[in-house]
Amino acid sequence: MTDLTRLTIAEARAKLSAKEITAVELTDAYIAAIEAANETINAYVTVTPEKAREMAKASDARIAAGKAGALEGIPLGIKDLFGTEGVHTQACSHILDGFKPRYESTVTQNLWSDGAVMLGKLNMDEFAMGSSNETSYYGAVKNPWRAKGSNVDLVPGGSSGGSAAAVAAYLCAGATATDTGGSIRQPAAFTGTVGIKPTYGRCSRWGIVAFASSLDQAGPIARDVRDAAILLKSMASVDPKDTTSVDLPVPDYEASIGQSIRGMKIGIPKEYRVDGMPEEIEALWQQGIAWLKEAGAEIVDITLPHTKYALPAYYIVAPAEASSNLARYDGVRYGLRVDGKDIVDMYEKTRAAGFGREVKRRIMIGTYVLSAGYYDAYYLRAQKVRTLIKRDFELAFQAGVDAILTPATPSSAFGIADEDLASDPVKMYLNDIFTVTVNMAGLPGIAVPGGLDHKGLPLGLQLIGKPFDEETLFKTAHVIEQAAGRFAPSKWW
Amino acid sequence: MSVDLATVKRVARLARIAVSEEEAERMTGELNGILGFVEQLSEVNVDGVEPMTSVMPMEMKKRDDIVADGDKAADIVANAPNSDRNFFLVPKVVE
Repeated sequence: MTDLTRLTIAEARAKLSAKEITAVELTDAYIAAIEAANETINAYVTVTPEKAREMAKASDARIAAGKAGALEGIPLGIKDLFGTEGVHTQACSHILDGFKPRYESTVTQNLWSDGAVMLGKLNMDEFAMGSSNETSYYGAVKNPWRAKGSNVDLVPGGSSGGSAAAVAAYLCAGATATDTGGSIRQPAAFTGTVGIKPTYGRCSRWGIVAFASSLDQAGPIARDVRDAAILLKSMASVDPKDTTSVDLPVPDYEASIGQSIRGMKIGIPKEYRVDGMPEEIEALWQQGIAWLKEAGAEIVDITLPHTKYALPAYYIVAPAEASSNLARYDGVRYGLRVDGKDIVDMYEKTRAAGFGREVKRRIMIGTYVLSAGYYDAYYLRAQKVRTLIKRDFELAFQAGVDAILTPATPSSAFGIADEDLASDPVKMYLNDIFTVTVNMAGLPGIAVPGGLDHKGLPLGLQLIGKPFDEETLFKTAHVIEQAAGRFAPSKWW
Repeated sequence: MSVDLATVKRVARLARIAVSEEEAERMTGELNGILGFVEQLSEVNVDGVEPMTSVMPMEMKKRDDIVADGDKAADIVANAPNSDRNFFLVPKVVE
């Protein structure tokens, strides 16, 4: 019998509905895979096998009764940022020590309502702050990919490093993730998986631990474009509990897979050609352009002049919002408490012990840029620059561009505990240089594998779309996937 | 703009994070690195540009002014490090 964990969501769905396999068999295959691999990969911070088997059993009953949902019996991993009732939810931070919510996030509830099965909670950078998954209280995640002939451990990217690694290592059929500056797309690119950050407002943020509320969006990481479309359809909804959830019906994203891109206009922004970018990234980009041209798209050069200011503006806006959102962790209502001589001493000791270095750094920056006398110079200016970044995109779309093609990251996956990156926070931040613009403008962006570099490591291409035009991204990404093929790591773990 | 050690300690106090002398010194360097990086925003001409206040242009949804939730005191204190009869317990704040 073939290994059930190798099936895509679409393949598993077909076999489940044809009753060739059961949801319990599929779930058991994943639980066995997790038990064998997680000690090495460290993708899961909590595994919930009993709950998974119970949910799978219920799925089998619904399938037998002809009442199967869109994701009936599909085993998924959930990023630790999503509130899951009665199950470990700590944003991989020590400060949420022991926290088990009494509620379910809207996105995960949507998945369970469609019949999906929860395998457990996935590792991530603490509070989603990081690009390597190394800021997690639960330790680094190992990328299932290694360079050819090397046994050096690489990062899976971040912050959704556990999600990307679990999908690439066949430890779940698909995963939820979130993206504030690139946290879905960069790890997807580093692991040869597909990740989409939908338009701001497409997925409800209700019940997801907040990092930077005007930038955070949930989205899926999956093995291929079709699976990403299937997952997003279930995750997205209109939610009265999130005031920024947009009142637009959720389209059938899967229906756009296989549609032609003939006559579509694809913009190529010259500003994404940055100094020191490896030649391989440029070559990958040119290859992507060639594939889309062959498929009948028209390629046009465009300019997004404020691109270089997106990352510095992000490092004002995101920490400012984070410092405000993370003020709630005070040792009073949930999580860790470290006693002190008075209440302020308790707050300070709790937050000193509960937050890791990167989180403290961002709270400090955020507190500083919002403090009296600096607000206008930093925060207000950054929000104005954000308007200009968004306008750049609007002008391109007004000129007839349907989607924009760029590289997803400036490099392939780097080593765990890279000294160069550890010594300079800004260097780590530069990982998000191609993805962060999309969050600043609230647009949808998808990362799709484009090929392997000379080390044999995956590289991703990014497509950026108009607001709520995820369908164009799916059909265009599918064209790239058809041309590039799919990439899987060879098993060493 | 850059920060000195005294400013870092003041900001840490505002953020309610206890920092040791050594941590404050390390943070001073790191924060100056980041502030140096964001400094390039000062070269952008933002005259007459409105700051972004809404990511997607939309009117904020308003709900009906009715009781839609409640009676969840036990759920709310369920995760508290210290609670008594549905109250959060904290060190004495009023003498």
